[in-house]
Amino acid sequence: MAVREAEPVGSLQEVKEAGLDREDLLGIYRHMLITRGIEERGHILYKQGKIPGSFYTGRGNEAASVGIATAMGPNDVGTPLHRDMGVHVTRGVEPWRIFAQYMGREDGPTRGRDGNVHMAVPELGLHPMVSHLPAMLPVATGMALAFKIRNEHRVAIGWTGEGAAARGDAHESMNLAGVRHLPIVYVCDNNQWAYSTPAYLSYPVEHIADRAAAYGFEGVVVDGTDVLAVYREARRAIEKAREDGGPTLLECLTLRMEGHAVHDDAFYVPKELFEEWAARDPIERYRSWLYDHGGLTEDEEGDLTAGVKRLLSDALERADASPLPDPATLVHGVYASPEDLDTPHHK
Amino acid sequence: MPELTYIQAISDALRQEMRRDQRVFVLGEDVGVYGGAFKVTLGFQEEFGAWRVLDTPLSETAIVGGATGAALMGLRPVAEMQFADFISCAWDHLVTVAAKQYFRGRTPVPIVVRLPSGGGFSGGPFHSQNPESSFAHIPGLKVVCPATPHDAKGLLASAIEDPNPVLYFEHKHLYRRIKGEVPEERYTIPFGQARVQREGDDVVVVTWGAMVHTATDAAGELAKEGTEVEILDLRTLVPWDRERVLESVRRCSKVLVLHEDTRTGGFGGEIAATIAEEAFEHLDAPVKRITAPDTPVPFSPVLEKAFIPQVEDVVSALRELAAY
Repeated sequence: MAVREAEPVGSLQEVKEAGLDREDLLGIYRHMLITRGIEERGHILYKQGKIPGSFYTGRGNEAASVGIATAMGPNDVGTPLHRDMGVHVTRGVEPWRIFAQYMGREDGPTRGRDGNVHMAVPELGLHPMVSHLPAMLPVATGMALAFKIRNEHRVAIGWTGEGAAARGDAHESMNLAGVRHLPIVYVCDNNQWAYSTPAYLSYPVEHIADRAAAYGFEGVVVDGTDVLAVYREARRAIEKAREDGGPTLLECLTLRMEGHAVHDDAFYVPKELFEEWAARDPIERYRSWLYDHGGLTEDEEGDLTAGVKRLLSDALERADASPLPDPATLVHGVYASPEDLDTPHHK
Repeated sequence: MPELTYIQAISDALRQEMRRDQRVFVLGEDVGVYGGAFKVTLGFQEEFGAWRVLDTPLSETAIVGGATGAALMGLRPVAEMQFADFISCAWDHLVTVAAKQYFRGRTPVPIVVRLPSGGGFSGGPFHSQNPESSFAHIPGLKVVCPATPHDAKGLLASAIEDPNPVLYFEHKHLYRRIKGEVPEERYTIPFGQARVQREGDDVVVVTWGAMVHTATDAAGELAKEGTEVEILDLRTLVPWDRERVLESVRRCSKVLVLHEDTRTGGFGGEIAATIAEEAFEHLDAPVKRITAPDTPVPFSPVLEKAFIPQVEDVVSALRELAAY
């Protein structure tokens, strides 16, 4: 089974066939703007010394993360990574809670127990990543196994990077999912650099998605800067999994537009490569498409960007008012008690 | 009350839990048709079906990571490691993911990992280890080490019911050697309560797992010499019954900490340190430890005998303490 390279999305008609109306299209744009806005403001907060630890962004990955999350069903679940802020935003995590997370406050999803994008709101079907990549792939695979055992029409999405895909967790997960035909979509955020390691030193074949053949399912490569193409391919893969069609490995090709984290100036990435991919900026690209095909007007855009700006300013203010966690509570949250099992995600 | 072997008690508990709770399922290597390397799940697949007694590829990472994912979705997975030694392949998934997910995300991870552990039959370096202290060191995990069929059954039910990741160490050398009365009905045993295996006032032995039986044989010898040895079977290491241990130490004033795991960083060190902090003035002799030496578990029977604490080792340590 050869890997399939997805075509870009062109016309509005094609988009409608993919299940999106105009409101959805504007929603996608809004989510992409919020995603980038959160990370840009986070960067400033970091430089102001308001964010402890380090700071990671997913600049350049907004289309991939928002596109996939838009394709997820309400009861689907996932384990997004540190380039996937768009998934949290699209699933409905309130931006002020993300800022509170960055700043180690009590209202962040991990209440100051963990930092940066190591967070998720389980009620929205997301579970927080760990640093050991791609350790969340086996976890997502187990989620899909639960759906299969219970005969539920739900799908799990497991994320990896192209660098993390070198680890055994990726192999064991995809192999088990292939053997058991599990309802899962593996998403590879291929941003070409694992910290300073270029893709050709991470894997020896043309595409990460080529590996899918070895696990008996379909591999698809999509341009990760084309939000509509990502959406279309993700939806296709998710709905296929939902109908018991088995897993898909969906590789979203992008470029990591900043360093691994805020301390890293990415000197090792050729300047021309940055220039080439800057010209394909996912947000600019989608904005042009909306003007050309979606009938976006300047007034509409103005309202939209002003709304996002307001949302994020309010969010920052609210996050800044969030209390720091009480050190006296530290030792109480290590072990769960039986009543903790009585939560929505456990039913 | 029927008499069961230790391994029958484990099977019995697991079957009972699977009958009463649809969410409980088993996954691991060769657990289905073959019934597990030690036959704990023999006949389970016929009763519960292939999806609740799930044969996996040789993938410890996917087994434990997968169990975590399934638990997050509301199931109650019981994962089997074919040997406790193989848990090293899934270390990340217990220590990095399962142990920390509740702390970070307020999402409990109710999984049980069954770990056939311990030596005594020339299993060699990779089929004989007792890695419990490695995990007792990790906040967020619970560690259970039953020594009797009665406890094996009750503690497994408690482990499955517990909302946290529980490592259930079942000692292979007890599987068919140890028998005892086990109630037919379901029961649970609370974690963190030591069991008095033998009462005495002269010396207390604090131990768990297979060493409970070694200590019992040794205490029989000491009784002939007029020394009455108390034996505390901790049953669970996380949490462990500090209060009960300290009470016995204060009463007996002499203590031997005994475990089959190796010495440095073994859980016995934690017990000895706690006694030193909390009951120093009640001691009439230094705390004594008997453990395996700091080597891999050797294969040749004569070497393995030198590795695993023997009854005669415990007897001579107890004599020393009694005479101190």
